[in-house]
Amino acid sequence: MTTPPSAAPKRALPVPTPETQHFWFGTAAGELRLQRCLACGDVYFPPQPWCPHCTSDDVEVFVASGEATLYSYVISQLPAPGFAPPYVVAVVTLAEGPRLLTNLVGVAPDPDALPLDLALVVEFSTVGDMALPVFHPSAAGGAA
Amino acid sequence: MTAAIVGAAESTEIGTVALSSVGLAVDAARRALADCGLTARDVDGVAMAGLNPYLPTLLAHSLGIEARWVEATMVGGCSNLVHLARAVDAIASGRAEVVLVAHGESGRSHHGGAAWRPSPDSWPGQFELPFGTAGPMTLLTLGARRFLHDRGATPEVLAQVVVVQRDWAARNPRALRREPITVDEVLAAPVVVDPFTRPMCCVSTDAGGALVLTSIERARDLPRPPVAVLGTGEATGAAMASQMPDLTSSAAFRSAGAAAFASAGLTPADIDHAMLYDATAHLPLLALEDLGFVPLGESPGFVTDGHTAIGGSLPVNTTGGGLNYTHSGMYGMYALLESVRQLRGEAHAQVDGVQVSLTHAIGGMFQSAATTILTNALG
Repeated sequence: MTTPPSAAPKRALPVPTPETQHFWFGTAAGELRLQRCLACGDVYFPPQPWCPHCTSDDVEVFVASGEATLYSYVISQLPAPGFAPPYVVAVVTLAEGPRLLTNLVGVAPDPDALPLDLALVVEFSTVGDMALPVFHPSAAGGAA
Repeated sequence: MTAAIVGAAESTEIGTVALSSVGLAVDAARRALADCGLTARDVDGVAMAGLNPYLPTLLAHSLGIEARWVEATMVGGCSNLVHLARAVDAIASGRAEVVLVAHGESGRSHHGGAAWRPSPDSWPGQFELPFGTAGPMTLLTLGARRFLHDRGATPEVLAQVVVVQRDWAARNPRALRREPITVDEVLAAPVVVDPFTRPMCCVSTDAGGALVLTSIERARDLPRPPVAVLGTGEATGAAMASQMPDLTSSAAFRSAGAAAFASAGLTPADIDHAMLYDATAHLPLLALEDLGFVPLGESPGFVTDGHTAIGGSLPVNTTGGGLNYTHSGMYGMYALLESVRQLRGEAHAQVDGVQVSLTHAIGGMFQSAATTILTNALG
């Protein structure tokens, strides 16, 4: 009997639940899908079939603009499977209001290149079977 | 005031210890019972929390305790503060006479207990972990750059927190990091997650701690100076750090703190000494603001002006804190134990005249918080 080769740990990938699968079907289709409450108007994330503001289940899924601004971030030197430090772990504020934790791409992991409130645009990074929403600086540049 | 801490102890050793997580808790529990002159046979209530839901049972079994009251609320690093509040209620209602609250974690050596990792179908597993979050050092720190930006501060203030607490640690022979350090040295240390360098992130240790509580009435007949529980508060926050409405201020900190002050009938001005959970150097700054010790935005100046330092108006984290002393993963117990030592007058870095001490702890990645106010003035 041979010992199986030890595989390097793979990048963590999301496993959708019934409540979140519309979000992940969306990223696979190149769309950033959010939810809106039709009772109170709240736009919310993470995905769930009831409004976290007023508890109504009269909610809809819609496609967000993909525009965001840089709220805060760290530049991680810590090992994480599938990542080569340094890499940026960012919290962005979407134009529609909710925040996302994400990665920044197409820009150096350097504080001088990453002023807070920098205007960003979503793109989708395919990893395994999943498409993950990540953000790059908007072509227009500057702070939103 | 209905209940008091009558026994308190850490595990015999902290740092790198040849005991499992449960073993560290049992070691500390034996010492806490010896401290108050009670035996395991006197204990009728047990509280303990971790990843294993049966920790109170393991604790009771290991010491031959027959418990009629059990508490295992697991809300991360503030769990032991919540246990303390539950224990006070149990003693007040007569459901328990003597409660043992214990904690142990082989946080450095990982004997007997795997590290926590979110399931890939949980919210953090779907919306945080795939983006390279590597535990607390990435998640607790997410809002720090915005915090500094909004307050017109720089990473120098994070270094200042380290320097002040290192001075406290120098007086504590059990602290892991004791050598004096300067702001420039902290800033020049290896980066963990920019803007945090190594000294701005907590140590990782094996450690345990335990508290024994009973009624104020019974406490008066026991050998150690009783430390009464004056006020408690607890709260939940956002389910993920990235989903906090404001990452520069914790709603859970504010709610837990306000509830503790209200139940104690005190204000921040009444606090002589504080232990503010510091897994990373910015957490005490948030706590100073969110608990109302300073107005919003003024915590950097408060620390830089020396108020939390030796001789300052509000001595904070007098063991050196999680940054320098000990941090096994869930730090709340060690903060409580230092509050007890200060109120007994037996701390390594004893502050003169401490009558009221506040302990504040975070749970998870700002997912919960709890605040405890203790006093040695039984009236």
